[in-house]
Amino acid sequence: MEIREVELNGSQIFVQCLKEEGVDFVFGYPGGAVLHIYDAIFQQEEVKHILVRHEQAATHAADGYARSTGKPGVCLVTSGPGATNAVTGIATAYMDSIPLVVFTGQVPTHLIGNDAFQEVDTIGITRPCVKHNFLVKDVRDLALTIKKAFYVATTGRPGPVVVDIPKDVTDPNVRIPFVYPKSISMRSYNPTVKGNLRQVKKAVDLMLDARRPMIYTGGGVVLNNAAPQLTKLVEKLNYPCTNTLMGLGGFPASRRQFVGMLGMHGTYEANMAMHDCDVLIAIGARFDDRVTGNIEKFCPTARIVHIDIDPASISKNVKVDVPIVGPVGPVLDDMLKVLDESKREPDAEAITAWWEKIDGWREKDCLSYDTQSKLIKPQMVVDKLYEVTHGDAFVASDVGQHQMWAAQYYRFDLPRRWINSGGLGTMGFGLPAAMGVQFAYPDATVACVTGEGSIQMCIQELSTCKQYGLPIKIINLNNRYLGMVRQWQEFFYQGRYSMSYMDALPDFVKLAEAYGHVGMLIDKPGDVEAALKEAMALKDRLVFMDFITDQTENVYPMIPAGGGLNEMILV
Amino acid sequence: MRHIISILLENEAGALSRVSGLFSARGYNIESLAVAPTEDPSLSRMTLVTRGDDAIIEQITKQLNKLVDVVKLQDLTEGAHIEREMMLVKSRAVAGDREEIKRLIDIFRGRVIDVTDTTYTMELTGDSDKLDAFLRALDPKLLLEVVRSGSNGIARGERSLRA
Ligand SMILES: Cc1cc2nc3c(=O)[nH]c(=O)nc-3n(C[C@H](O)[C@H](O)[C@H](O)COP(=O)(O)OP(=O)(O)OC[C@H]3O[C@@H](n4cnc5c(N)ncnc54)[C@H](O)[C@@H]3O)c2cc1C
Ligand SMILES: Cc1ncc(C[n+]2csc(CCOP(=O)(O)OP(=O)(O)O)c2C)c(N)n1
Ligand SMILES: [Mg+2]
Repeated sequence: MEIREVELNGSQIFVQCLKEEGVDFVFGYPGGAVLHIYDAIFQQEEVKHILVRHEQAATHAADGYARSTGKPGVCLVTSGPGATNAVTGIATAYMDSIPLVVFTGQVPTHLIGNDAFQEVDTIGITRPCVKHNFLVKDVRDLALTIKKAFYVATTGRPGPVVVDIPKDVTDPNVRIPFVYPKSISMRSYNPTVKGNLRQVKKAVDLMLDARRPMIYTGGGVVLNNAAPQLTKLVEKLNYPCTNTLMGLGGFPASRRQFVGMLGMHGTYEANMAMHDCDVLIAIGARFDDRVTGNIEKFCPTARIVHIDIDPASISKNVKVDVPIVGPVGPVLDDMLKVLDESKREPDAEAITAWWEKIDGWREKDCLSYDTQSKLIKPQMVVDKLYEVTHGDAFVASDVGQHQMWAAQYYRFDLPRRWINSGGLGTMGFGLPAAMGVQFAYPDATVACVTGEGSIQMCIQELSTCKQYGLPIKIINLNNRYLGMVRQWQEFFYQGRYSMSYMDALPDFVKLAEAYGHVGMLIDKPGDVEAALKEAMALKDRLVFMDFITDQTENVYPMIPAGGGLNEMILV
Repeated sequence: MRHIISILLENEAGALSRVSGLFSARGYNIESLAVAPTEDPSLSRMTLVTRGDDAIIEQITKQLNKLVDVVKLQDLTEGAHIEREMMLVKSRAVAGDREEIKRLIDIFRGRVIDVTDTTYTMELTGDSDKLDAFLRALDPKLLLEVVRSGSNGIARGERSLRA
C-alpha cells in the first residue's frame, strides 16, 4: 500500500508532530527564533498555546500538567534568554524525573557559533539537567527527532528532553514530504520493561522472613501509576508503609498501615520504624540524603530490597541486598503473584509485636500543635483546607516550611494530587505548576500552598491566571519570614536571622485585586475555616488568601545534619 | 582501582561532551580518554581510563550506560585484555647522548622516526606502565616534548564489544 505523503514546512511539521503525540497544551512565550512556529500555531486550533509571563513559568506549568496527568508536559520558548529562563524549570523536572519536552528556538544554522543575536549554547547549558537533548540541523530530521524526544522523555525513568530548533529549520518556504513515524526503536536506548523473576522470588523470600518489615516508597510508584499494586501489596502483608515527599499519595494516607512521611521532616513513627526495621522494601525511591539522614546510621539492622527502573539509583547511596531493576507496576504484579503462590505467610506473631511497637511511637502524636493559639497556626490552615476540600483537592506547593506542612497535614489518598518540587526545591514552582494542573482539570479544586517569599518568585503568573480564567485557590502562609531559612538560623546559628526577614511585603490583597482576582486577608484563627469555605465557593475565581500566621512556628519533627533517623528534634 | 572501560557511542556531535560532562559533574576522574570512529561510521569507540573503588566504578558504568548516546560498554578490567598506548617523544640528542638514547629506545622496542643534528623524535607503543618506564629511564634534561594517545584497549579471545 502506498502511503500518501503531504508536503509541509518545518513549522507545520512541528505543529503536526504535536498533534500526532496528542499534545493538547503548549506552554510558551514567543520571540524571534520561534516566530515561524508561532505563525503555524496561529493557523490551527487543536494544539492550544498558553501564554505565560515568564519562561520559567512555562516549564513549571508544563511540569504541573505532567505530574498531575502522567502525560508529558510541553513547552516552547525562544532562543537566548528564552532558553536560559527555562533552565530552572528544566532542572526542576530533571531532579524529580518528570517527563517534559521543551522546544527552544535557536539562531539559524549558518549563524551558530557566531555569537549571533540571542544565541546561547542551549544544548551545552542544558546538558547536565536533561535526560537527553537534540539539536535539529535539518528540517528532514525534525519529525523523527520530535518522535524520539517524546519517546525518551516518557519511557524508562522519565525526564525532560530539550529539542533545540534553529530558525531556518522552520522556514515556511522549505517544504518537504511529511510522515510521522508510528513507532521508534533506538539501539542506544532500551529501557527495562520487566523485572527479573528470580530476583523477585528472592525478594519475596526475604520479605516473608521479616520480623520488623518496613515498606518505603517514593516518586517511582506515582510516576509508574503503580499505586493500586502497592496498596494491594501493603494490605496483603499488613506491613507498615512510609512515603517520601515525592511518593505521597502512592499509598492512601488514611489507611492504617500508613505511618506518614519519612526523612528530615518525617513522622516519629516512620523514622523510628525505619531505624529499627530488619527488612526494608524500597520501591521507586532513591535514598535521598533528606531521607536517609546520616548514611552511617541508616537502617543499621536491615537487609534491603530495592525496586527501581534506573540501575544507577540502586546501591548508589546505600548498598542493597536484593536489587530488582524494572518498572514498579509490573514488578509488583509479579511480586503479588509470587506471594499468592507461596506457601509461606508473614510471621503473624512477629508482625503483631512490631505493630504494637509502632503504635507506641504513634502515641507520641508528633504532628500535634497548639490548637488554642491566638495566632493562626500554619498547620491548622492545612488541616482546615483538608477538611473543607474533603481531601479531594490537587495541592501544589512552593518550597519552604509551608511545603512541609502541606505534606504533613494534607493527607493524600490519591497519587498525582501532591505537586511539589522535591529534588531541586525550586521556590516559584507552586503557582505556575498549579496553573498546569488547572488546565488539565478545569473543574477540579486546585490549591497552591505557598509562602510570601516563594509566591513572589513567579507572582507575575497571576496575569496568566486572569487571561485564562484559572480559579486557583492560593493559600499564602504568610509568616513574614523566609521561614525555612529562619528555622535553620534559629537552630544552628544562635538566632542570627541573616536576610531571612521579608521586609517591604506588598499588600497581597490589593495585589491580587490589581490583577483582577479576589483577595482575602485572614489574621484570626477563628476565621480560617469560614474564609476557606467562602473561597472554595467562588468556583470560577482565583482567590488569593493571605493567612497571617505565627511567625515563630517551626517544622517538626526535624533531623539535624549528621543525625540518624532515630535522632529527631520533636516539638 | 584502575579501570579501563570501552564504550561504543553514537558518532554524533556532542556525544563526547556528554561523557566528559558526566565525569566532571559527578566528580569522577578521567586518567585518559581516547576516541575515534569505528568501521561503522555511525559509531565511535572510546577507551576511558579511570580510578575508583568498586562502588564508584559501579556508579560510573551505570551512569555511562544511562547516557542516551551510549550504545554499549565493557569494563575491560573485568577480564583478560590488551592495552596499548602510543607515545611520541622528542628529545635533545647530541654527542654521546645520541648513542645512549638509541640504545634505550631499542630496549623498549620503540623507533626513532625523525632525526636532526640535535634531536630525535621517537615512537613507542605499549601499555601505559611501559611508556611511563621509558620516560623514567630517559634523562629528564634531554626531554623536549611528550605526546601520548591515551590508552586503547580490547578484550582477549572471543569477548568483543559490538553494537
Ligand atoms: C525543603 C525540603 C525538605 C524536604 N524534606 C524531605 C523529607 O523530610 N522527606 C522526604 O522524603 N523528602 C524530603 N524532601 C525531598 C527530597 O529532597 C527528595 O526530593 C525526595 O526525598 C526524593 O524522593 P524519592 O526517593 O521518592 O525519589 P524521586 O526523586 O521521586 O525518584 C524516583 C525514583 O523512582 C525511580 N523510578 C522512576 N520511575 C520509575 C518506574 N517506572 N519504575 C520504577 N522506578 C522508577 C527513579 O529511578 C528514582 O530512583 C525535601 C525537599 C525540600 C525542598
Ligand atoms: C529559588 C530558590 N532560592 C532559594 C531557596 C532557599 N530556600 C529554601 S526555603 C526558603 C524560604 C522560603 O520562604 P517562604 O516562601 O516564605 O516559605 P516559608 O518557609 O516561610 O514557609 C529559601 C529561601 C530555594 N529553595 N529556592
Ligand atoms: Mg515565609
